[in-house]
Amino acid sequence: MSELVEDWSQDKQVFGVPWGKAMMWIFLLSDTFIFSCFLVGYMSVRIATTDPWPNPSEVFALDAFGYPVPLLLIAIMTFILITSSGTMALAVNMGYRKDRNKTFWLMVATAVLGASFVGMQAFEWSKLIAEGVRPWENPFGAAQFGSSFFMITGFHGMHVSAGVIYLLVIAFRVKNGFYEKRGGNYEIVEITGLYWHFVDLVWVFIFAFFYLW
Amino acid sequence: MAEEGQQHPLKIYWIMWIALFVLSGMSYATDFMNDGALRTLLIMLFMFLKAGGIVLIFMHMGWERFALKIAILGPPVALLVLIWLMSLEGTYIEDTRTEYYGESTFEPQEPVHH
Repeated sequence: MSELVEDWSQDKQVFGVPWGKAMMWIFLLSDTFIFSCFLVGYMSVRIATTDPWPNPSEVFALDAFGYPVPLLLIAIMTFILITSSGTMALAVNMGYRKDRNKTFWLMVATAVLGASFVGMQAFEWSKLIAEGVRPWENPFGAAQFGSSFFMITGFHGMHVSAGVIYLLVIAFRVKNGFYEKRGGNYEIVEITGLYWHFVDLVWVFIFAFFYLW
Repeated sequence: MAEEGQQHPLKIYWIMWIALFVLSGMSYATDFMNDGALRTLLIMLFMFLKAGGIVLIFMHMGWERFALKIAILGPPVALLVLIWLMSLEGTYIEDTRTEYYGESTFEPQEPVHH
């Protein structure tokens, strides 16, 4: 607590981190509130509807090994996103070791995993749309299921897509020596990592509240 | 601290990575349980453990100064009030709908599998 008081009362920068990192954290805080509003909105319409709520483990089941496996694709997507979080964490570490080649390839791997996540999500959306799920109605239960699903997973998928582009831009800048001209500081890899881990973090909550609950 | 950045032994990341895989597997396993308080509790438990691990280890929040921790992790606590109010409101709307429109007559179809 005295550390907090000293940081705020002394004539210096409060947070003791580069401005880019502080700003990324503040952006992520605002994004937390946006996603929370979607999830709380979903909670509220799910409570308020008198129609039965579709059972996600049946709606999102896929046939494998001859019988329907609940949430199969969603589980695979979850593991892909976690794998990408791991490669990102390693990229940040390699960035601080100034190992540009490893940082580049780990970031590219993260982006590829992210892109495959978006691809699977596109497959999931097409499957549900083909089955008649719409934002205003669906054959399996309460209409609010469709609106919550498309809104929440769509907004998350948009974040993943933006993250893939962001990762690739920074990865190529790391590779072509852009940051060497700026004093060889690779803090930017950590800042990009913050965004990527946040996307994974949001998925943890979507997975628990939307798919499992 | 700020000049050196967040440099930590690789081992921490490997352990966290494996832990996330195990926790995700366990969280997926809850889908095979019967609905009930235990299942809800486990969903929440695995969710918070995963979220905590990502924020504290992968996002390095555990090593940041308290001033940054409180500035970023403090405000979301206000969301608890929103959740509380919206659940009250939701319950009220459901009761009103049942009272004025009657019970739901919706007949759901069984989901198809491919």
